[in-house]
Amino acid sequence: MYLWKDVIEMSKSLPLHQVILNLEMFETGEDPDDLRNKLSNMLKVILEEAEKQYGKTQKTLTGFTGDNAYKLKNYKTKFISEFNHIAMVTALSIAESNASMGRIVACPTAGSSGVIPGIFYALYKTESPDFNTLLDLFIVAGGVGKVIADRATISGAAGGCQAEIGTAAAMGAGALTYYFSKDAEKVGNAAALVLKSIMGLICDPVGGFVEVPCVKRNGNLVNIAISSAEMALSGIKSLIPFDEVVDAMRRVGNLLPQSLKETGEGGIAITPTAKTLISNLRFLV
Amino acid sequence: MNLLKVVGPVMVGPSSSHTLGALKIARFAYKLTGGIPEEVTFVLHEAFSKTYKGHGTDRALLAGILGLRQDDPNIKNAYEIAKENNLKYKFLVDDLGDVHPNTVRIKVLKDGQSHEIEGSSIGGGDIKITYIDSVLCELSWDYDTLVIVNKDAPSALKSILDVIKVNVANLYLRRINLLQEKALTIIELDEPVENIEEIKKSPYVYECYFIRRDY
Repeated sequence: MYLWKDVIEMSKSLPLHQVILNLEMFETGEDPDDLRNKLSNMLKVILEEAEKQYGKTQKTLTGFTGDNAYKLKNYKTKFISEFNHIAMVTALSIAESNASMGRIVACPTAGSSGVIPGIFYALYKTESPDFNTLLDLFIVAGGVGKVIADRATISGAAGGCQAEIGTAAAMGAGALTYYFSKDAEKVGNAAALVLKSIMGLICDPVGGFVEVPCVKRNGNLVNIAISSAEMALSGIKSLIPFDEVVDAMRRVGNLLPQSLKETGEGGIAITPTAKTLISNLRFLV
Repeated sequence: MNLLKVVGPVMVGPSSSHTLGALKIARFAYKLTGGIPEEVTFVLHEAFSKTYKGHGTDRALLAGILGLRQDDPNIKNAYEIAKENNLKYKFLVDDLGDVHPNTVRIKVLKDGQSHEIEGSSIGGGDIKITYIDSVLCELSWDYDTLVIVNKDAPSALKSILDVIKVNVANLYLRRINLLQEKALTIIELDEPVENIEEIKKSPYVYECYFIRRDY
């Protein structure tokens, strides 16, 4: 367990991704090269699945979603960049693949598994970095996620959606910021800016199933990751340091009532339309 | 939480507790059975039973008992694969008592031999096997596990442990039948045993199953 402010200190003499691997060795005894290999296998799956599922329609378990990635892929965007478009289509594609029992990497969880593929696949398509560079970014994303997992939570049932898709977006923002700055302090700012923008985000899945609003939330929150990275790269700082924002997020998560933490008993899950959708599901008798 | 767990694992959706955890419990049963059983009954408790189809828990359980790994894209086709393998399956819903909401009891039959295990999916894909063939336990399956039916007699345990060369992490032992002089021993190990045949040869050992963890 470590604080981001210590990571910033250590990264003055060693690249940030190396600092994170070394810290992991101190904690678990895992050799940094072995760990890098294991992480590389995960990143490969992320990129392979992004390529394979991109813009496809899916037959999901409930049928509540499944054609959103397809629609957005075939639409000419009016406002956002090509990068955002690819990231959004990928995030929707993976989230819909997840809802149809496709292969995903739970980074950091299954319900939030679209965001990191969105960020990494968009970067891969638009900037063509080599795989090892992407792997460095993936490690940095992992370090950001670990700080949140250790000091707060990455479980929607424990902390609401801020802990799941929120964490995914903070990890993605950190990775993007590292790509262009190699600066641990800016990475922390980007992650903090994300968490502050989504703090309190509840987990209110219709019927308890990982589809509504999870799929589209993955598609939307990649943009918060991207805009937060842009702000951090421009030199904008989070006045509240990342570590303290994470502590605040934990406290907010604890204060959220159980009905807003993955139980499907609050938020949009109890709207009249949600109730109708659920009662129309054939397999629920 | 270790880094690999933060950024992973690789699995099939949609939910770590409803697909990954469920699959792991059933896969444990598959390994205990020593292959695909002829018959299986899944008894689902509370939360599992209410939403299992919308979460694909049924397919994850079937896939696990068919021996599929957690990242196998064929998990969604588990019903078809069960049919190809002539697996007779049943899903029942029952109150399993004061247990974790996401708990399943699995009964299998293969070559006239039956087993019964119970396990809970406790979040993030982690599991707890709480019952094996009438013995209460608490296995995370983070270890290689030996399940042994042995003679309920003096020195039985000692003779078994003498043969095991690797470090024992946890151990459970319980008499299962006084008249037949049978006990069940569950041993969690830090490393895989290499001399499983030697253990099986022990005069005290009636049955021995080695359940390797997934890496």
